[in-house]
Amino acid sequence: MFVSNDVSTTGTMQERHIVQPRDAQHPIVLSTEELHVFYGKKEAIYEGDLQFARNQITALIGPSGSGKSTYLRSLNRMNDRIATVTGRIMYRGVDINQPDIDVYEMRRRVGMVFQRPNPFAKSIYDNIAFALRLRGTTDKHELDEIVETSLKQAALWNQVKDDLNKSALALSGGQAQRLCIARAIAVKPDILLLDEPASALDPVSTSQLEDTLLELKKQYTIIIVTHNMQQAGRISEYTAFFNQGRVLEYDTTSHIFTNPQVQITSDYVSGNFG
Amino acid sequence: MKTTQQLEKQLKRHSKAAKLEIWGKVVSFSALLLIVAVVVGIIGFVASKGIATFTSNHVNLWDFLTEKKWNPGITDANGKPEVGALPMIVGSFLITILSAIVATPFAIGTAVFMNEISPNKGAKILQPVTELLVGIPSVVYGFIGLSVVVPATRAIFGGSGFGVLSGTCVLFVMILPTVTSMSVDALRSVPRYYREASLALGATQWQTIYKVVLRAATPGLMTAVVFGMARAFGEALAVQMVIGNAALMPGSLVDPAATLTSVLTTGIGNTVMGSLQNNALWSLALVLLLMSLVFNLIIRLIGRKGRLQ
Repeated sequence: MFVSNDVSTTGTMQERHIVQPRDAQHPIVLSTEELHVFYGKKEAIYEGDLQFARNQITALIGPSGSGKSTYLRSLNRMNDRIATVTGRIMYRGVDINQPDIDVYEMRRRVGMVFQRPNPFAKSIYDNIAFALRLRGTTDKHELDEIVETSLKQAALWNQVKDDLNKSALALSGGQAQRLCIARAIAVKPDILLLDEPASALDPVSTSQLEDTLLELKKQYTIIIVTHNMQQAGRISEYTAFFNQGRVLEYDTTSHIFTNPQVQITSDYVSGNFG
Repeated sequence: MKTTQQLEKQLKRHSKAAKLEIWGKVVSFSALLLIVAVVVGIIGFVASKGIATFTSNHVNLWDFLTEKKWNPGITDANGKPEVGALPMIVGSFLITILSAIVATPFAIGTAVFMNEISPNKGAKILQPVTELLVGIPSVVYGFIGLSVVVPATRAIFGGSGFGVLSGTCVLFVMILPTVTSMSVDALRSVPRYYREASLALGATQWQTIYKVVLRAATPGLMTAVVFGMARAFGEALAVQMVIGNAALMPGSLVDPAATLTSVLTTGIGNTVMGSLQNNALWSLALVLLLMSLVFNLIIRLIGRKGRLQ
């Protein structure tokens, strides 16, 4: 009696369940193949091969320490000096994990926004113009235009258009995070990586940020790490569930939340984890 | 009623913990009082002695600060004592500023290497080396200056070899570790997310260093330089060994000169307390003390400005 009961619960569940996106309208722009990440000798990611569809939002969820942020940071090689990343990261057919890739040029195409809003101690204008000036854009009109469009895309223009020369450090948390998004999209990247961008924000700012992301999806491919499962449910098309360095489940967000195939995923999304 | 009274009694009883609390406060407060008393005492003593030159010996303050002849034992044709401190003031500022100018690029360069470019090697090799340099007694620096720098200056530029240039060389090495380790602290206090933000925007490491890290660390770096200058200004022994100790306005970098500190160390043992010669030296000490206060003030102002940013 006891034994058969045990078998029936685990028997329907799989250990891993990976369904890569297949959608002709949203082809794959970024994927990882045999990606492994080591911190020293400790392996942090050992089963994490995902494909990301263009102009869609993919959420990476999972408990703390599951490797989702490590995975995200590997995608634009922010882990280069901290960890060893092996395997291939295919961006539009090019493996960007090769040593001879110009990471600075690559990061212009694969931008990143961090957990904590991190504007520079410069004016709002200079924050956004920072990366453009590094690339030699000095034309005032061009800079003005890009600053304006970036701030508009990040839904911050109306609040700061009269204060562009004020210090960015005076902005509220939600505004600062949207400034960081504007700064990242000012260089017109292809893919935007966001590492728990809303975890330091209040609910209202979070909701505004989500609206912004849904708007940005039309132009950019977005990959977002989030602790907040409701957030993943609200904004993403695809969701990957990480646990202990492995992707245990990857599918459309509606499948992950309504019909998870892996027991741990099911526990996690229903709040029964641990 | 009885229980209330009992409770009140219990609560109002001075427990051992409460007594220890008071005792601890008394001990730390008296330590503070002692320090304050020592500082006030030193300032008061130096000031009273230093002012005596102008009050009891009737030397004009303006003459003291601007006259170029320093010879406290001798009176000039008008019967005025020759106590012009300008050469020493100029000498002190000259070697302080020159050594800071030379040391700053090296110190910041080293700090950038230690903190940004190669933190591992920085921590393993450069950190101990810097700490070792701080620990070397100044007489050793002076001795090396005397036996290496002075002959080298003599061979290259002629003259006696004693002078401003030798003093600057010795001070440069002496303040380098101070400025370096404080610059490292300044760079370390720049949050990591500044660097990440810059790198994620496609900036190279060098662009990140000079556009973001050094900008953000500027108040800290300025504090480091001013600290180094304060140290150079107050250094006595090593400078005295190589500068030549001639209380004259230096005409060039290889001319012998004197600083406030070098005149004090060479002169204070050879004068009688209460005499003009002695009082004049105390006045130099007062100038030195006031300058130290000014350096401290500058450091505080920079710190405050840095916080407001």
